[in-house]
Amino acid sequence: MWYHKPVINEELLQSLPNLKIVASSGVGIDHLDLNLLSSYGVKASNTPFVVSTDTADLGMALVLASSRRLMAVSPDTEYFPADWLGAEVSGATLGVVGMGTIGYKVAERAKAFEMKILYHNRNQRNKEEESAVGAIYCKKIDDLLQQSDFVLLSVNLTPQTHKLIGKKELELMKPTATLINISRGLVVDQDALVEALQNKVIKAAALDVTYPEPLPRDHPLLKLKNVIITPHIGSATKKTRRLMMENMTESIQAGLAGLPIPNEVF
Amino acid sequence: MFRSKAFSLLKPIPLMSGQPNLAYKFIHPAIASHGHRCHRRGVDYRQRYKTCPGSAGGQTISAPQTKVMAEEELPGVLVLDIGGTHGVLENVAALLKKHFRLITMKEFLENKKEMSKKIQSVFVFEGRPTIDQELLESLPNLKVIGNSGVGVDHLDLKMISNFGVKVTNTPHAVADPTADIGVALMLASARRLVEGCQVAVSPDTKYFAVDWLGVEVTRATLGIIGMGSIGYRVAQRARAFDMRILYHNRNRRRKEEEEAVGAHYCEKMEDLLQQSDFVMLVVNLTPETHKLIGKKELGLMKPTAILINISRGAVIDQDALVEALQSKVIRAAALDVTHPEPLPRDHPLLKLNNIIITPHIGTATVQATRMMAEEAIANMLAVLSGQPIPNHRRRRATWAFGKLNRWHTRSTAWPHGVPEETFLPHYHEGIS
Repeated sequence: MWYHKPVINEELLQSLPNLKIVASSGVGIDHLDLNLLSSYGVKASNTPFVVSTDTADLGMALVLASSRRLMAVSPDTEYFPADWLGAEVSGATLGVVGMGTIGYKVAERAKAFEMKILYHNRNQRNKEEESAVGAIYCKKIDDLLQQSDFVLLSVNLTPQTHKLIGKKELELMKPTATLINISRGLVVDQDALVEALQNKVIKAAALDVTYPEPLPRDHPLLKLKNVIITPHIGSATKKTRRLMMENMTESIQAGLAGLPIPNEVF
Repeated sequence: MFRSKAFSLLKPIPLMSGQPNLAYKFIHPAIASHGHRCHRRGVDYRQRYKTCPGSAGGQTISAPQTKVMAEEELPGVLVLDIGGTHGVLENVAALLKKHFRLITMKEFLENKKEMSKKIQSVFVFEGRPTIDQELLESLPNLKVIGNSGVGVDHLDLKMISNFGVKVTNTPHAVADPTADIGVALMLASARRLVEGCQVAVSPDTKYFAVDWLGVEVTRATLGIIGMGSIGYRVAQRARAFDMRILYHNRNRRRKEEEEAVGAHYCEKMEDLLQQSDFVMLVVNLTPETHKLIGKKELGLMKPTAILINISRGAVIDQDALVEALQSKVIRAAALDVTHPEPLPRDHPLLKLNNIIITPHIGTATVQATRMMAEEAIANMLAVLSGQPIPNHRRRRATWAFGKLNRWHTRSTAWPHGVPEETFLPHYHEGIS
């Protein structure tokens, strides 16, 4: 399964009596109905770790691009106005929501830019991990939202994280803050986000993921000047895609041979 | 705001002849409040003050002021304009007004006779106003040109020196934001962010192609040409991406500095060019670095390599670059600087799709603009009061409270033997 296609539904499963395993590219499995698969005795796998560094790199790229306004250049430029300014990353506060493998790697990178790092996670990381990146735990997401200049979402999509960031959360954020989403579009209440950006409740957003992908061409997010959208390229590098495929092949081979499956998801 | 505390350090300092330690008085509050912190790290700032080259006879920071500030008029500083397209920003103008009488070019030209005597300094922002022979001749009391920014290639240092005028720059304030932009451009070009954005919003996009790929930054090889203050900070950031770091510099850095960022010295630039996936130019523009990267150098680079320029446009042979990008001799380029700026609208560089160009925004942040102004003001005040230009190593520690730790753990060279490349003097003499 590459990029969530082909879609696995009841009809397809019924027509494939010998199907043993569905190997999905990438780490997200929100598009898979695991109960359905399991009821047909089909196993599933993903590619969790290989995507981490590229996705973290992209997260950092979006933090930098949005803060320094890299995308705001136009062909109509006659001169560069002196008051065209961005905001500094060095010394700013990054709030990582979801400190898994990817979130942690973002923190590692942000630390080198002298960013202050807050994080919110289901569980607190251990002391060594925290101090290695200088990250401070925020048990309540509200605390993180109120103090961060950049809020980066790196959670997986589950019923608990669906619309995790809605109107209330956006209002808790600083009006000078930027929201970065490298997780899944549905983690954010998109309509609330549009409103927040239009009314300058927050300063800007940078989204590698939306719902759906791509957005309908008349969607308000495409028209806003304070939004950067990239076409879900978190893991889009040659090396990583190749590694993903290798992982998937391994999982398939194991599945077909009845052996324990690497990266199996339940 | 992140560094707003540091800005409040700048108190109006009366300009009187004979007042000692102007510079130290300026940074006194920072030292007083951080004495304990320095102590914990085994550093005694007061001691360092006495031994630093800028020390004026080892006087203490708390030397009492013996002379009373008379109602002397503030010295005049010339700027191009306030606000508008090319003028200094309003908040910068406000900072200048605390220490100077602010005179715009318009005011000066309208009343040359009276104004010309008052102007003791010129604040140059984004290369303006242009300092030419005519201007220098019309300002008999000019003592110093305070440049906002670190590059002074737009100033004819020899000519200015002939008039007995000093030039100062602001190496501190620019270092972090410029390093940030360098890495931002590297990431943006590697991952094709600009193209990606266009795909994401294009009215023609129906789906996101699965074979749309960029290249990895993590664990790739970064070649830094010019390992000064800015180049070193780029290396510090790149290290967090697990990059292999090569560097080329006039002089080699100390072993501890190399090890701190995992950088390998390439005595020959060719070696760096041949091995790097990303080549970043962080040199200043001098006759030696003019067209440093030409057809030959581009030919030595990997065909999969990306060239990033955050120094000056003229460091690259632009025509050679156009050709190299068109013929895929290198993969892509990302330029914050070009020659001229902006490029003419029909320039071939603007038509290529394997290039990112940003409008010289290396220091275009609210914080940096302010810090550059403050640094320039301190420089100009020091010259006008006959003080040595503040030692920029110490100043670095005092600019931003939160940075004291960082500064100390990184630099093992201070106070003795600061590597030449990092010690970009605030103070340029007109030596060719």
